[in-house]
Amino acid sequence: MEILIEHLGDFGDGLLLTVELAALALVGALVIGVLVAALRVSPVPVLRAAGTAYVQILQNVPLLVWLVLAVFALPDIGVLADLFTTSAVVLALYQGAYMAEAVRSGINAVPVGQGEAARALGLTFSQSLLNVVLPQALRTVVQPLGTLAIMTIMNTAMAAAVGVVELTATANRVNLAEAQPIWIFVSAGLLYMALSVVVGLVTGATERKAAILR
Amino acid sequence: MFEVRGLTKQFGESYALRNVDLDVARGEVVVIIGPSGSGKSTLCRCLNRLESPTAGTVLFDGKPLPVEGRELARLRAEVGMVFQSFNLFQHRTVLDNITLAPMKVRKTTRPEAERTARELLDRVGIGAQAGKYPAQLSGGQQQRAAIARALAMRPKALLFDEPTSALDPEMVGEVLDVMTSLAREGMTMVVVTHEMGFARKVADRVVFMADGEIVETGSPEEFFAAPSTDRARDFLAKVLAH
Ligand SMILES: Nc1ncnc2c1ncn2[C@@H]1O[C@H](COP(=O)(O)OP(=O)(O)OP(=O)(O)O)[C@@H](O)[C@H]1O
Ligand SMILES: [Mg+2]
Repeated sequence: MEILIEHLGDFGDGLLLTVELAALALVGALVIGVLVAALRVSPVPVLRAAGTAYVQILQNVPLLVWLVLAVFALPDIGVLADLFTTSAVVLALYQGAYMAEAVRSGINAVPVGQGEAARALGLTFSQSLLNVVLPQALRTVVQPLGTLAIMTIMNTAMAAAVGVVELTATANRVNLAEAQPIWIFVSAGLLYMALSVVVGLVTGATERKAAILR
Repeated sequence: MFEVRGLTKQFGESYALRNVDLDVARGEVVVIIGPSGSGKSTLCRCLNRLESPTAGTVLFDGKPLPVEGRELARLRAEVGMVFQSFNLFQHRTVLDNITLAPMKVRKTTRPEAERTARELLDRVGIGAQAGKYPAQLSGGQQQRAAIARALAMRPKALLFDEPTSALDPEMVGEVLDVMTSLAREGMTMVVVTHEMGFARKVADRVVFMADGEIVETGSPEEFFAAPSTDRARDFLAKVLAH
């Protein structure tokens, strides 16, 4: 127990970095998710294909491989970014593929008549997507998006492998000094759990607020 | 206003429309009737290209319908459509349903769009429902809201695809009344319906379809008194038997 109190500062810093990483990745993933889902339902075949390719490529290579690739390959092609930024971007791109699938399932759940009515009024495809279909689609997938948000938080631990000293890396460092793995990693685990409880509460509240009367 | 020539629509191997010709003049009310699966909806949806035909052309105001994109959106703004299932936007209030297209497509300001929307809601008799969500309205009120939504774009023509088929019987009248008054004011209308009373009273011309073709067309007086084809006679015998 004393060890934890002794290293409170370290854990605080690690937790903060995890939260920052998760928040950036989540915002990015949501934007990418909506854009890629829009591509996947576009009437233009090339755009649809691009959306599908994005999801397939990102989902079919492990996150850790993407992270390592980005950390080593980006500097080679002249893109210099710090480890934190690189990790946040890779996480956003990776989780974005999953978000896209969730958003697309929401789009498919909106009755076709909604989009038809919008287009029959003279809205373009993108106007009807933006003003009519997506607002309804997102409301139906709050729960799956919440689950993906939790997955994103958990996946920030992968950034430890490429040198970002977030919560897991912090636990590892403290353990190297103190050799008390159970206490230290159980504490880290509880902190992750606390984050996911917060996300769960936010998800539940959002879902209640966003429910559409049908 | 509409000139349909050689319109054909295939779904896979089966034909929903075969070589259909139809003219709709400005201010005319054309009622399309026919058995289920005869292609009435498909024809109606080809008029604003919600369905793209396999062959043939549709002219609106003398110009072919644009194939896609902004041009097509602009055309659709001129041709209102009312659906069997209302299709009001579920996440918006009735008022916001009506103001959306004028604001996004015509760039009308919100106060102006809301003023027009309230006038239209009063006109279809549901001014008090403006702030409610579609699901809080009865079917008849929803359909009248949908008509107001279409009218807000000041369309040159209106298409109705079985506007009363999803309604409880006691609500059919209130929707038909609105449609009748639109017709009296000179709106160009194409109406797919099973309401023979409406066809008789309001139509300038009745078009009878079967198997994807227009089998017979004539004034309601002629058509209902003495249909000239066996198909139409059979159909009328069935629907008027009840
Ligand atoms: N999206 C579609 N895919 C495949 N077949 C279709 C589609 N839409 C219509 N059809 C077919 O085309 C034919 C004509 O259909 P349509 O909906 O135009 O008939 P309708 O006269 O409106 O019938 P109803 O009175 O039942 O509404 C039918 O055989 C129908 O099964
Ligand atoms: Mg039909």
